Amino acid sequence: MICDVCQDKHATVYLTQIVDGQMQKVNLCDPCAKEKGVTDPTGFALADLLLGIGSDEKVNLPGDELTCEACGFTQSELKKNGRLGCSECYSVFGEGLDSLVKAVHKGTLHVGKVPTRYRVTKQFTDQIAELKHRLKIAITDENFEEAAKLRDEITSAEDEFVCAKEQ
Amino acid sequence: MMQFKTILNNPAEWMLTAGPLGEIVISSRIRLARNLSGFSFPGWAAEDVRMLVLDSVKPTVDTLSEMRGAFSSDLRNLSTIRKQVLVERHLISREQAAKGTGSAVVMNRKQTLCIMINEEDHLRMQSIKPGLNLKSAFNMIDKIDTKLEENIDYAFDNQHGYLTACPTNLGTGMRASAMLHLPALVLSEQINQVIQAVNKIGLAVRGLYGEGTEALGNLFQVSNQHTLGEKEIEIVARLEKVIRQIIEHEKNARATLFEERRSMLDDKVGRAYAILRHGHIISTKEALELLSMLRAGVDLGYFPDEVRGIIDVLFMEIQPAHLQMRADSKLGVEERDILRAEIMRDELKILPEPGKLPQEDQESENNQERDIDEGRK
Repeated sequence: MICDVCQDKHATVYLTQIVDGQMQKVNLCDPCAKEKGVTDPTGFALADLLLGIGSDEKVNLPGDELTCEACGFTQSELKKNGRLGCSECYSVFGEGLDSLVKAVHKGTLHVGKVPTRYRVTKQFTDQIAELKHRLKIAITDENFEEAAKLRDEITSAEDEFVCAKEQ
Repeated sequence: MMQFKTILNNPAEWMLTAGPLGEIVISSRIRLARNLSGFSFPGWAAEDVRMLVLDSVKPTVDTLSEMRGAFSSDLRNLSTIRKQVLVERHLISREQAAKGTGSAVVMNRKQTLCIMINEEDHLRMQSIKPGLNLKSAFNMIDKIDTKLEENIDYAFDNQHGYLTACPTNLGTGMRASAMLHLPALVLSEQINQVIQAVNKIGLAVRGLYGEGTEALGNLFQVSNQHTLGEKEIEIVARLEKVIRQIIEHEKNARATLFEERRSMLDDKVGRAYAILRHGHIISTKEALELLSMLRAGVDLGYFPDEVRGIIDVLFMEIQPAHLQMRADSKLGVEERDILRAEIMRDELKILPEPGKLPQEDQESENNQERDIDEGRK
């Protein structure tokens, strides 16, 4: 078996880990295992090691806790009662809540009623997201004429959005 | 402004009028949770912040045309018993009743519309309609919400929708529910199956007073669990579809009981009648069970249809805070049980004996009696 990291040497270290209920396996050669510091398998996540992406949740030391600047609500308060301190908390603790939101709701994106004063915002953000999506497709298709046109449309939509917000 | 006594003397609209499918669906209710942007949620906010929110929101709520002549009060001005009366009427939550300074309640005369300020969220507004009437309840509260947002800057973002203190209410912030009376599903022991099936499709079944309460009087609340990722009207339509299925199951269970276990039904209804007409000490729990059997008796033709209204009012009137309100004093458990029995005896004085059985059933009853007699010989 070949080492998953250097894809060169023979693997001698085999790791299996359960992360979020899913089994992940990694095979490493001796030098790579040492380089990655694989001595204590509980000290790292395989996803970090292999794919360079990991959970963004930081391990917070006491006194260095994730706190909402708007209202002073902390991560441990959230853990204690499952409720948030203010609407700003959603941008502070949002990522940590994602799995909970996924588990209790039908989807993760609001599709219901939008208050009038947010309707303009939603209209623009939706429009810009759609244009960006089309731009991406145009680039992949090497349709550069279309891409240039879309890029200009995005710039003007963004300008309009800024104007609308200022009004 | 409406006096508290006026509320007590007037049963809510949903208790008096039978709505669509009123035999099984007592009431339909839609609740919306909303918060102000820029203020901590009530559970985390300091008292002065809660007062600030209350002072900025209440005038807007009070001036709604739908709230003309409404009852409006700070919770610190309401006695424990009065708050409890509102809980028993399903007008405020138990959580809201525990609050004082910085919280308020505003409700219209017909008690079809109620807005709580500084409950778990800054605003909790609900509409209640008799029978299965979710769409009309939704339209009613949606209109109020649209009016309020003209003056109130709601906390909202495009991804999460309306931002609420608890992430389980995100998105639409809407809880739609119906109160169902399901005696036959309970008697035929099918209720747990129904509850499990309903839970599996993302709906919740709860007891009479919501989360964590017992299903007294065979009354169950069915509501949506998801609030995010689905449109309001879709949630309402899905819930209504499931409720219609539950109604079908209840109707089938009633028909089966009526055909196959008729003596048991006769006995249950007869005993309920006898105890309610002649009992002198009756607890809330027993009263609710007996009233439930009586109501089932009306649906099955043992009593005239008009009795249903009296029973639905009694469901409220015999509860502890209502009794103490009526007596105008604090009552101990035993005193309440005595007063409760007295009220029910009085209200049901006009109730005729359970209807005579149809001819064929009477014959089979006689045969049974003869069999027993012969057995004795």
